[in-house]
Formats: sequence, C-alpha cells, structure tokens
Amino acid sequence: MAVISYREALNQAMREEMERDASVFVMGEEVGHYNGAYKVTQGLLQRFSERRVVDTPIAEMGFAGVGVGAAMVGLRPIIEFMTWNFSLVAIDQIVNSAAKMFQMSGGQFNIPIVFRGPSGPAVQVGSQHSQALESWYAHVPGLSVVLPSTAYDAKGLLKTAIRDDNPVVFMEGETLYGMTGEVPEAEYLIPFGVGDVKRPGKDVTLVAWSRMVHVCLDAAKELAKQGIDAEVVDPRTLRPLDTAIICDSVKKTGRCVIVEVGWPQAGFGAEIAYQVQRQCLDALDAPVERVCSDDVPMPYAKNLEDEVQPQVKDVIAAVRRAMYLD
Amino acid sequence: MTLPDSARVEPEQAVPTTVDELAPLYRQMLAIRRMEEAAAKAYSQGKIGGFLHLIIGQEAVCVGSIAALKPDDYVVATYREHGHAYAKGIAARPIMAELYGKKTGLVKGLGGSMHLFDKPTNFLGGHGIVGGHVPLAAGAAFASKYRNDGRVTVCYFGDGAATIGGFAEGLSLSALWKLPIVLICENNQYSMGTPLYRSLAVEDVSLRALAHGMARDRFDGDDVIRVKRRIAEAVDRARVTGEPTLVEIVTYRFRGHSMSDPGLYRTKEEVEEWRRRDPLNRARLRLLEVGMAEAAIEALEADVKAEIEDSVKFAEDSAPADAYAPYVMKGAH
Repeated sequence: MAVISYREALNQAMREEMERDASVFVMGEEVGHYNGAYKVTQGLLQRFSERRVVDTPIAEMGFAGVGVGAAMVGLRPIIEFMTWNFSLVAIDQIVNSAAKMFQMSGGQFNIPIVFRGPSGPAVQVGSQHSQALESWYAHVPGLSVVLPSTAYDAKGLLKTAIRDDNPVVFMEGETLYGMTGEVPEAEYLIPFGVGDVKRPGKDVTLVAWSRMVHVCLDAAKELAKQGIDAEVVDPRTLRPLDTAIICDSVKKTGRCVIVEVGWPQAGFGAEIAYQVQRQCLDALDAPVERVCSDDVPMPYAKNLEDEVQPQVKDVIAAVRRAMYLD
Repeated sequence: MTLPDSARVEPEQAVPTTVDELAPLYRQMLAIRRMEEAAAKAYSQGKIGGFLHLIIGQEAVCVGSIAALKPDDYVVATYREHGHAYAKGIAARPIMAELYGKKTGLVKGLGGSMHLFDKPTNFLGGHGIVGGHVPLAAGAAFASKYRNDGRVTVCYFGDGAATIGGFAEGLSLSALWKLPIVLICENNQYSMGTPLYRSLAVEDVSLRALAHGMARDRFDGDDVIRVKRRIAEAVDRARVTGEPTLVEIVTYRFRGHSMSDPGLYRTKEEVEEWRRRDPLNRARLRLLEVGMAEAAIEALEADVKAEIEDSVKFAEDSAPADAYAPYVMKGAH
C-alpha cells in the first residue's frame, strides 16, 4: 500500500471523481492557478481546465450560493472554503438553501454538493482563524458532517461525499494535511455513519474525531504505561452518527470520555454523552466525562493556545477521573 | 406624496400589440389577481396560515417577463412568488392547495406560500431570505454556461434586496463570469415599510450594473407588453452573447407587505394614484383598443373566475398534508 499524505489523499479523491463524472467541478478562492491555499487542489487546473476548476473572488456567500444553484439543476459542485472560519459569511447558503431545499421543495430538488476545507484550530493564527465549527453544522437536518482523521479515511469519505445526492459538510483537519498514512491503490469508499475503532482497548472508551483522535491515541500510549487499556473510537461522521459503535464500546468498557477541540457549551460531545447515557446507562461505571477547549476565543500566544486546547494530559486526567483513580 | 405621472421612468406610450399577444397575458394577470384575492380571503378565514405576501398591483412584471422566456428557462423568485409560479405554467390548483397546506399542494404542504418549487416547469423557488437566492440563480445560470445548454435564468428580487450582500455578490459573480442571467429588481418602492429614500443613497437600483460593466435597463411596470418587450431584449442578450443584464422595473403593491401589514406608511392618496395605473385596467382598455370585443373579454373573465373558484374548492376538499413524511435527504426516507 502506498503511504501518502492526508492532503494527497484528498487530492486523489477529487481527481478520481472528476475523471469519473463530468458534472463534478471545484470552485473556491485560489483553487486553480494558485493550486489551493493549502495545496489540496494541486494540479487539478492543469488536468481539468478553468471550466471545472473555478477560481472565485472573495465572496463566500456568493460562490456557496452559486454552488447550491448549480446543484439544483444537476451539477455536483465541490465548494472549497479556504478555511471553514470563512463559512460563517456563507452559512445562510449552507443552512437555509442547501440543507433545506430537498424538503422545502417537496422532495423535488436535492442538492448534491460538497462544502469542504480546513477546519479546527490551527497554529497561532488568532481567534478568527482558529476554531471548531462542526457542532454548528451537526445541528442541522439535511446535512452530513464529515471529519476524517487519517489519510485513508479522508480519501474514502471524500469520494463518498462527492457521490452523495445531498449536501455534505466536509471538514478537514487544518493541522492534519501533512500527516501520512497507508492508502490502497484500488478504489474504495467509506460509507457515512460508520465509525472506526482506531485503537482497541478494554478499560475506557475515548470518543474523538479529526485531530483529537491523535491526541487520544497519544494519551492511550501513556495510559498503557499506567496499566490502563483505552479504546479509541472515531465516529468519522457526526451526522449521521454511528451511536452503535460508541455504545458497543462503552458497554464493553463501562467508561466513556469524549474529547473534542470545540467549545464545551452545546458542543457535539454533549449529544454523544446524551446518547451514551440513554442507550447504555446500565453499563456505565462512572459519569461520562468530556474534554473540550476552554470556553474562550482562541488566544494567539503559543503557551496560551496550548493551554486552552485539550492536551494529552487533559485526556489522561479525565480518564483517571472516570476510573476513580484521582 | 409621490405623483405617479411625475414618477414615471419614461413618458407614457402605448406599445404596439395584438389581441393574440395581449389576451393570454391579460388572462394570466387576472388569474393571479383573483388567486391572490382568494388567498387573502382564505387567510382572513384562518384557512391559510403563516406569512402571505400578495403581488396585487405588480402582476405585469412577472407575467410580462416570463412571457419573454422559453419553457426550458429557469425562474428563481422570492417569497412573493405565487404570480411567478402561475406565469411559469403551474396550475392554480396545486398553488392554492399549497397555501392551504394540503397533501395535493405543489410541494406537499412542506413549503407553503413562500416556498413554491416545480421541476417540470423549471421553477426553482420560492426563497425566503432576502437576496440569498440571487447567488442561487447565478448558480443555475453557471450550470447553463457549464453545459452550454442555451437556457437563460431569470431572477426576481425586490428593492429591499438591493441593500444586502447576497444581491451584491450574485450581481458581481454574474458579471465576472458572464452568466446568461437576467436579474430583475421588482421595485415596489417600500422594501417592507421603508421608502427607498430611507434605504438607498442612490434610488436607481439599475445603476449598480455600471460598476460591473453590466448591461442595464429601467422602466415602468404597468404595461405588460412593455415589460415583455424590454425583458425579451435582456433575455436575447443572455441567450446570444451569454451576458447578464440588471433590470429595474418600477411598480407598486396595492396591499401591505404581508397580510399583517395595513400599510400605514403610505398615504391613501398615493395608493389611489397608483391604482389608477393598475396594469390590469390598462391591459383591458388596450385589448378593446386593439380589437377584442367586450363580450369576448367578459367570457375570458368568467373563465378565470371559474378557474380560481375551482382551485379554492380543490384546496378545501383536499386531504391534509400526509402524516409527517420527511423529505430531509434524498434516499434517506
């Protein structure tokens, strides 16, 4: 199996789907001649021409809406947000147009569109460029919300997203683009709503997605040294959510720690905590724990930035609380 | 008080037409007027709920402009869109049933007054967020350019949309990418209840086109044939050269913004002056001038009355919307 970067995996997914279906096109700021602000669309312009790799002016609400309109009449747009932070000026198109159109039109106009781009806190870029918005979108019926944590997942999930007949919010880890992993040469797709156990264990369930999966895997290594065997479950898509894989794990371990890089209040982890207590209360040996970023806008200084985000030590502390060790 | 004659964009001048051309357009305008009146009545009886935005007084704009289109062309409209839907070819029955929230409604009772959609007639909605649908319309036009399918998209919005970002970005992208679109500002002069002079520094919305090197037009919306002719020029431009046009049509709604608005921000005299320019009366007089017999006009009017009465009966007799059957995602229900 080839070892490629998360970035290259996404690029391959788009390239393959554009070869496969002439109605797929990419649109966004700097996606063509600049080859992508994060180089995810590298080389697509040369291969597919300006007709299918469309550079836009800075107008997220405009080009997100263009994508929805084009999807209404049968094209399959991939709309790149340079970062998901900028989706907030286009959120009307995602929520009011894309997500609602199929129901609002009595089932006549489905919207096969992918909104994608880097998401989650980056490094020292300040509060407006560094935040996790998946909980916002996961709230909305009509959307799928996808957050791959590995190169393998990124490729398989993006191909599924492009073939999906409904709007997909595809949030890439801004700090994961350079991470490498094994990706098969042969085509594969990963269905939505199917999570993945990233590390099997028997003592405690860690639930995380995107970059927090890697924080949990690092924490699990440390915990192993303390004799605690943690299972790391990655739902991969928050909507639809694979509650079964989470609850099956909790029924086995009896303890659940949910780790997310977003803010605590109304964060998606709260929904998972609800599902866990509702579906496996009898199996729980301790209250469900949550690890989140602090309830503040992201500071710039490196020491402060690290302090407000979940770190390995915070995960370990939560696990130890869940195991009544501290 | 605005004096309509002094407020005219252009001097009054009859546009040459024939009975064959004008009669069907008069019929459409009248059907829309009667449909809106029937809806208002049903609303006051509590049979239609929510928001209800009537287009009474503005009928020549949607009827005249859609008459310049081919069936394959796309129409994207606002929440004041019953008339546009009817003019695009959707029957009164499913429109009325949708307002009533019935199973037989155009969108099965899931959309309501503000969200009419119809794939067979290429009617792309029915949108409730002011200006948000302008980029959507640019997207439909983008798809036509992408496929080179020769279709034109017409997008309607009110003067109230001229101040929001969706309009600005939709306009800018349409011009930049030379999309086959006609952007029609139905300027009814009051946004919701705020007159133009209190919301726009420059009251001519069509001037926005100049900043984008886009073709523009601006005229009065009381003569349905004039609307058809002038929009046909813009539609031809879009179809032949692929270039967009921003058109402002000055019109007036005789009623409030919605059913809950008594329209107290306008004087009775002003409303009366505009009623004098009622596009329906104008078209009816013109029909007589170009040779349609009074009896023939009355027969047409009786036919319209029957059609709309039938649509109300259909709506009233139809079953309620299906016990919640979600259409949230394709393939997921």
